[in-house]
Amino acid sequence: MDTVEKIVEDFASDIAMSPFSSGTSLREMIRAIRACKTAAEERAVVRRECAAIRTAISENEPELRHRNMAKLMFIHMLGYPTHFAQMECLKLIAAAGYPEKRVGYLGLMLLLDERQEVLMLVTNSLKQDLNHTNQFIVGLALCALGNICSSEMARDLSPEVERLMRSRDVNTKKKAALCSIRIVRKVPDLAENFMGLAASLLKEKHHGVLISAIQLCTELCKASRDALEYLRKNCIEGLARILRDVSNSSYAPEYDVSGIVDPFLHIRVLKLLRILGQGDADCSEYMNDILAQVATKTESNKNAGNAILYECVQTIMGIEATSGLRVLAINILGRFLSNRDNNIRYVALNMLMRAIAVDALAVQRHRTTILECVKDADASIRKRALELVYLLVNDTNVKPLTKELIDYLNIADPDFIGDLTVKICSIVEKFSQEKLWYLDQMFKVLSLAGNHVKDDICHALIVVLSNTAELQGYSVRSLYKALQSYGKQASLVRVAVWCIGEYGEMLVNNVGMLDGEEPIKVTESNAVGAVEVALNRYSADVTTGAMCLVALLKLSSRFPSTSERVKQIVAQNKENVVLELQQRSIEFTSIIQRHQSIRSSLLERMPVLDEASYLVKRATATQATIAADKLAPTVTPGSLKLPNGVAKPTSAPLADLLDLSSDGAPASTIASTTTPNDFLQDLLGIGVSSSTTGVTSTASTDILMDLLSIGSSPSQNGTPITDFRHPGQESKPVPAVPEAIDLLGSLSPAETKPTPVVPQDMDLLDGLSSNTSISGLENTTHPSITAFQSATLKITFDFKRKPENPRETTIHTTFTNLTSSTFTDFIFQAAVPKFIQLRLDPASGNTVPANGNGSVTQGLNVTNNQQGQL
Amino acid sequence: MAKERRSVESLSDLWRAGAEQAHREVEDDGVEQQRSKQAGRDDEMTIRFVLFVNKQGQTRLAQYYEHLSLDERRALEGEIVRKCLARTDQQCSFVEHRNYKVVYRRYASLFFLVGVDNDENELAILEFIHLLVETMDRHFGNVCELDIMFHLEKVHFMLEEMVMNGCIVETSKQNILAPIQLMEKTS
Repeated sequence: MDTVEKIVEDFASDIAMSPFSSGTSLREMIRAIRACKTAAEERAVVRRECAAIRTAISENEPELRHRNMAKLMFIHMLGYPTHFAQMECLKLIAAAGYPEKRVGYLGLMLLLDERQEVLMLVTNSLKQDLNHTNQFIVGLALCALGNICSSEMARDLSPEVERLMRSRDVNTKKKAALCSIRIVRKVPDLAENFMGLAASLLKEKHHGVLISAIQLCTELCKASRDALEYLRKNCIEGLARILRDVSNSSYAPEYDVSGIVDPFLHIRVLKLLRILGQGDADCSEYMNDILAQVATKTESNKNAGNAILYECVQTIMGIEATSGLRVLAINILGRFLSNRDNNIRYVALNMLMRAIAVDALAVQRHRTTILECVKDADASIRKRALELVYLLVNDTNVKPLTKELIDYLNIADPDFIGDLTVKICSIVEKFSQEKLWYLDQMFKVLSLAGNHVKDDICHALIVVLSNTAELQGYSVRSLYKALQSYGKQASLVRVAVWCIGEYGEMLVNNVGMLDGEEPIKVTESNAVGAVEVALNRYSADVTTGAMCLVALLKLSSRFPSTSERVKQIVAQNKENVVLELQQRSIEFTSIIQRHQSIRSSLLERMPVLDEASYLVKRATATQATIAADKLAPTVTPGSLKLPNGVAKPTSAPLADLLDLSSDGAPASTIASTTTPNDFLQDLLGIGVSSSTTGVTSTASTDILMDLLSIGSSPSQNGTPITDFRHPGQESKPVPAVPEAIDLLGSLSPAETKPTPVVPQDMDLLDGLSSNTSISGLENTTHPSITAFQSATLKITFDFKRKPENPRETTIHTTFTNLTSSTFTDFIFQAAVPKFIQLRLDPASGNTVPANGNGSVTQGLNVTNNQQGQL
Repeated sequence: MAKERRSVESLSDLWRAGAEQAHREVEDDGVEQQRSKQAGRDDEMTIRFVLFVNKQGQTRLAQYYEHLSLDERRALEGEIVRKCLARTDQQCSFVEHRNYKVVYRRYASLFFLVGVDNDENELAILEFIHLLVETMDRHFGNVCELDIMFHLEKVHFMLEEMVMNGCIVETSKQNILAPIQLMEKTS
């Protein structure tokens, strides 16, 4: 297809290149383009025309230049490249006649793309034209200069422009004034030169000159503090006079817009007054009267009048106005807000956003109307209103407002639900004085718009739930009920499934009934059934599926009678195509079948999540620190127990040990290869999988414990990332911790060769990220930490980071033997997640002397590829 | 800071701590934007572009007052036109798009779109569009899409008399048309 097109196009351009076609007229070209039925045809025509124009340019046919420029403009508008004609523009500009210059300048302004070089060439022509005797040509040059000039041109040509501002011709004056806006923007130092001139132009009568001069003054105020002071002193009277004249003047046919004289001039004056009056009481006082007059006298039944009123209100809000004037302004806004015209309502909402800083109470009065606007059919108005409502919420009105917003979720436009949900969640979180209220609102939002609730919101909810023992029963029952009717909301399903898994017995036994809560009758098999339904419905969603499996596993322990059924449901996923679910299914089946003895402790309720640290983490995560932060929690008291749960010295003979550790180390490496969010689950998964594979081994329980304890470390630390799956997982490894620690404790000092396998993936980063994220500085050194200490062995880490390569961290590890016997054949292994590269330097020796007399050191180089990423 | 936050106990306080954080970030963003605005002062103009588009979404006139590459312009026109054309007559004439507002008005089969800064008076821009149409009307006599297509350069001349560097320079139809009529007389 492409080739056919190309042949056609080539053929077409061949025809165009033939000497017989001397080019078409502009009209013919436009007709030809309009007649095109496909984009390819249009391209062919444009190609042909461009080729003809190129030929004309190279053959230097001055009589065709004008027409060719007009054609190029059209081609440019259609979105085809036209830069080849820039030089042609310059030739036209250099021509003597007005029509050529006119087209040349227009072409220059439209077609220019590589700015610098062509601009240098055009400077001289511009200078000549600025000094031309014909005022129209001067006007052209000023206009071009005003649209395209660079800072060099501004410096070069500013004297000419200054001179032209003093010209007698009004058209030249106004264009020179506007041209100087561009000059001042490009070179703010030149502002002083124009102050006096701009002020004197304000005495003119011609509206074009006035509007240009006023805009120049506005620009000067922005560019220089001196100019602002100068204009405050010298122009305030003149401006007030202009405004008075224009608002009092009788019918002026040339400037009349539906009965109002020159609304544009009105608006520019009001804008400048706002800048002058801002933070200046004297100026503000001077303009009070005229503002009051404009605000009261302007007709508000036409758009032009409303435009003036709108600008006037903005000015009143911006300056140090009297309270009477402010009341006037707020009343105008109230009127706007109740207007039927959507445009007027939109600007009213826009204005109220700014008014809120000046007079929040007055804005609060319009709350009901604003709330109505949130439900408007017009997306632009809804968006404005929602933002305004968000700003209006405070402790006293949060409950009714939230109720309104949540009720509206029922009928909101699908496109709008996302925004609305985010705002509601944010309001509810911000103003949650009572936990019950917070939970109720969140459940409602989850039920109505669960598909739009972000994961971090759900995670926050779970943290709160976990911390509120007295409401857990109520919550799980509410969620169970909601799940029955709103099973299609993904987030609701996840939270509900998690709660049923954790607090299943509260659901069945109606534990912790609140006053006025209706008891519900849920049997054990109902609870399992609910999770099963969710599992079947969300089989495509790995996260939800995984959560359902965990919940089922937990329920099998809570309700032993359902164990067999759970086993069947779980077993259905044994052949799931998703590896994650398949693995869980197989492992969980194994737990249910073969590990009755540890199952209850393994599946205990998860410990209370640390709210404070979660919030800190959440804040840190949003601060866009390094990716590792997501994995590694910041240091908070009571949550950082990294070494104990992680290090794994075992007490088996060396041969076994090596086997074991080689099992363990790769295992945790694999665990880390999935995305960081899934990290924890994977760790857990490995813990379990090792247990199943290790059934035959004599030391299987030990391994299990050890591995679980690896998993438990992150669970204690929690992860600031908002993947809320893992709370569901965390509870499992935790019961194993004490035993794991026991295990460490019971390490007999007689053992001579413990091989600690330190999965540093978490811990290293813990240390690092906590340092970096808290200090927020590019620290190159970090305090050393004791990574592991037992009665037998002490491991310390020293961190070093090169400033030129913050991704790379060098860890200097020191091993000290605290026992009375010497460790020989000492090997240290480490594993890291996939996004981190690890390089182990050779150890200083493989024998660690006894009693802490000397130590072995080893260097580790860790490169974090996600440093600095979100 | 972290210490303070850890010591607060009540839920609402905790949330507020988080919210404050978020708020500060927003403020930081604001400062950032302001800074970038100051750095590139070119961006500060009232009118950023004027577009005429027909009902089929074909551009009939495009005038930009800031420099955009060909691709950027194409993308922008595509997005904005899609957004505006999808709206009904009852909805308001303002659409927020990226960092600016588009004020649009429809006359028969032609849409007139003007991109402005966020703090520009939207109602005044509506009046400006109307003024532009009236001016073309006066010149062409009941202007239609074809008039604009075949006299593209004249429409550009008019626009040039009305807007310079994104600022409105003249609002009198007579003054706007004077140079064009002069040129027609001489040629």
